[in-house]
Amino acid sequence: MPLEQSTKNMIQSNEQPASESELTIDQWQSQEYKYGFTTDIESETFPPGLDEDVIHKISAIKNEPDWLLQWRLKAYRHWLTMTEPKWHNIHYTPIDYQKISYYSAPKSDKDRPKSLDEVDPILLETYEKLGIPLQERAILAGVAVDAVFDSVSVATTFKAKLAEVGVIFCPFSEAVTEHPELVKKYLGSVVPYSDNFFATLNSAVFTDGSFVYIPKGVKCPMELSTYFRINAASTGQFERTLIIADAGSEVSYLEGCTAPMRDEHQLHAAVVELVAFDDARIKYSTVQNWYPGDKDGKGGIFNFVTKRGKCAGRSSHISWTQVETGSAITWKYPSCILLGDNSVGEFYSVALTNNHQQADTGTKMIHIGKNTRSTVISKGISAGFGQNTYRGLIKINKGAENARNYTQCDSMLIGDKCGAHTFPYIEVKNSTAQMEHEASTSKIGEDQMFYCNQRGINTEDAVSMIVNGFCKKVFRQLPMEFAVEAQKLLEVSLEGSVG
Amino acid sequence: MIELMQEQDTYSAVFARMETETLDGGPEALLSLRKDAMQHFEELGFPTTKDEQWLYTNVSAIAKTTFCPATRPDVAVDAATLERESFAGCGFHRLVFVNGFFASELSDTTELDDKVTVISLTDALKQQPDTVMAHLAQYADYKTHAFAALNTAFMEDGAFIHVPKGVVVDKPIQLLFITVPNNETSNEPIVVHPRVLIITGESSQVTVLESYVGLGEQVYFTNAVTEIALGENAVIDHYKVQRESTKAYHIATMQLNQQRASNGASHVTSLGGDIVRNNINVVLDGEGCNCNLSGLYIPRGKQHVDNHLLVDHAKAHCDSREFFKGILDDDAHAVFTGKIIVRKDAQKTDGKQTNRNLLLSDSARVDTNPQLEIFANDVKCTHGATIGQLDDDALFYLKTRGIETEAARSLLIYAFASEILDEIKIEAVREQVNNILLDRLPQGDRFRGFKGLQ
Repeated sequence: MPLEQSTKNMIQSNEQPASESELTIDQWQSQEYKYGFTTDIESETFPPGLDEDVIHKISAIKNEPDWLLQWRLKAYRHWLTMTEPKWHNIHYTPIDYQKISYYSAPKSDKDRPKSLDEVDPILLETYEKLGIPLQERAILAGVAVDAVFDSVSVATTFKAKLAEVGVIFCPFSEAVTEHPELVKKYLGSVVPYSDNFFATLNSAVFTDGSFVYIPKGVKCPMELSTYFRINAASTGQFERTLIIADAGSEVSYLEGCTAPMRDEHQLHAAVVELVAFDDARIKYSTVQNWYPGDKDGKGGIFNFVTKRGKCAGRSSHISWTQVETGSAITWKYPSCILLGDNSVGEFYSVALTNNHQQADTGTKMIHIGKNTRSTVISKGISAGFGQNTYRGLIKINKGAENARNYTQCDSMLIGDKCGAHTFPYIEVKNSTAQMEHEASTSKIGEDQMFYCNQRGINTEDAVSMIVNGFCKKVFRQLPMEFAVEAQKLLEVSLEGSVG
Repeated sequence: MIELMQEQDTYSAVFARMETETLDGGPEALLSLRKDAMQHFEELGFPTTKDEQWLYTNVSAIAKTTFCPATRPDVAVDAATLERESFAGCGFHRLVFVNGFFASELSDTTELDDKVTVISLTDALKQQPDTVMAHLAQYADYKTHAFAALNTAFMEDGAFIHVPKGVVVDKPIQLLFITVPNNETSNEPIVVHPRVLIITGESSQVTVLESYVGLGEQVYFTNAVTEIALGENAVIDHYKVQRESTKAYHIATMQLNQQRASNGASHVTSLGGDIVRNNINVVLDGEGCNCNLSGLYIPRGKQHVDNHLLVDHAKAHCDSREFFKGILDDDAHAVFTGKIIVRKDAQKTDGKQTNRNLLLSDSARVDTNPQLEIFANDVKCTHGATIGQLDDDALFYLKTRGIETEAARSLLIYAFASEILDEIKIEAVREQVNNILLDRLPQGDRFRGFKGLQ
């Protein structure tokens, strides 16, 4: 009898932690997507399908000049000859590109509002729900928000203030009509229309996006930000962003995203191009929190993004910071082409995959100029069934004398069903180059947890503390309010993840 | 594409001819294995740089060359060469192969323990066909690897080593592969497909050294496959010193399968060859295994050296270590790919990958991909890669101590390499590689016999 009892106790004590951890993981997994709601606005939407007619129609709606239409068509014809890439470490059911609608705009587009008062109140309500009360934020935070709502920019603020110093910050379609010489010169100069499958598709069908031009010697007086949001069902969002920083200028651009709950996969194939001239600095920060799908991996956004910056001038500086917590699939490699001598490229990333999320993300640093430097800090966190891949290329060309690179990519695994993968590619063709690559994979240490627990910090807080510490190097790079948001996001995503 | 078909067709034609003439000697199962492998090769074709596994190594030079199968050469290997290459006086057990054919008159296994089998593969297929066929081609995957398939289809001869349970082989077993021109007058490119099968029983211990030597400067192609089945708690130290002719192509696949608590070590030194590829695949198929892979490559001229490692942690509680160093001069190109896969249940894995490269010339090139694929959560995996040049401060320090630039450079290069040389546990082999390195360094003679670094 005593033996039986003790065996029973043993079984119980064995089971205890397991069931407890299951419970907490369950709790965590069952957390509903915080920003899941749909705004009921009638949209002007194209029927699904893609052919040259659709491109003609998009171009006509946008009142685009002929050269842009021709550029789109060139991209489309090239796209037809391409096949979807297969090298990535992500799995999804093939996308039927004929089942996607390539244009959707809010009805209120025709009479474009001149001020916030004229903006559709339902739209404003959407932003309220998202936590971006436009006026408040604009006044209190001093941030110019060019909010993109389903492919058409609805409101732009602080334009006058920016115009004072000569900064152009406007929707892409407006830039095409108002500043065609700039758009024509730089569109496709960093990501050519033939670059890759998704970028080429974007070049053919992109609907809107943001355009920024900072003139010579101007330090942008405020941080620029755009909120992207996908709304109408089954419409892919094809954004195009172009930022040009002329000699000696400086700009910090923030991009943050949330999207309503969907059952169907939605495709997002954006292109971001940055150009920095002599001594210019561009800082591009992203917090991506799109709908990741439910806990069974159903739904969620497919995020196939091409982001690239060109350090064209001497001592130019481009810095990418990203916090990727959303999307069913994240496929993006924000890159820097370090063309000018002494130019600097940076990449700071936190990628979190939970449930059935998959991320294949990293960077490319192409060193061409002399004394070019790059830093890559990547932190990957996998939980649930999440698969997290770092894929990076460091290429040091023959002429890149004294190029330096430092890469650190760390992964953290939470739970035993997730995966962390690292695929660094390092190509060095110059003997004066110095490059270091370090990577590690670990879990939250038992002794770390024990230490926190015995100091009276409960497990959840301890996990959050440790994870935030793990990501600190990246968060430090974010602008203040984004850093707070990012930290919060991770905390919410990780609640109850360790039993 | 059409061209590629033709390249394979050459091999197909040779295979068809051989099938009727020479290959019908062995067991029936062997013939069907060859046919199967040939079929897979025909489907796979030679890899191109579009293939992720061959991204940085272009083998079109191999695919385009028409090689004729090696024949038993009439050119004799002289005694001095044999003495030099076989570490005379060290008492190694040895099998010698000339152009892939077993040369019994040059071999010496007289001192060997009776329980240990060290014979040529051809003899093994006659004496114990069942044992051989139970293991042959069971480890090296010819279904997805074109060169392994090619070797499996064409293997002429090779070595068979069987160490039974509990036996410790006292001295290293050397497998010496010498390639000479088919005959004195001809200089036509030849291809050799050496095959090595090593089976070790529980708690056995053995040291194996594979030496590849090219005599003369002709173009030839060595396509080697080594399979090692390591028993429970067994220990193997495997060394390869590759000194092919500088015009030779050397593609080698080593497949090491480890059972519970076994201890496997492999060390590869790449000195010769025009295009060199070492595929080293390890499967840790039992708990508590230890695997230690290391290597040194010193390419110069237009040499291309590619080390391609894959360590598969299939079971829990295994440790693996990859440690490769390269010194590149002139227009040399080196590639390192190290991949550690940690399977779902392989908890408590400890994996480490290190690749360090020293670039001595502006036109040398290094591509390195240390990769991790991890599906378990309780693991410790790290990888690191560095590419750089000699440290200016260290050079300056030596110069302030009165050592001239050239000697100081040589000393620093030697110091960089010595860490890897220390991994070679057979003294005679370490001495051999050490001397070759010193021969290559300007004023290297000054450090000969300099033990201070070791």
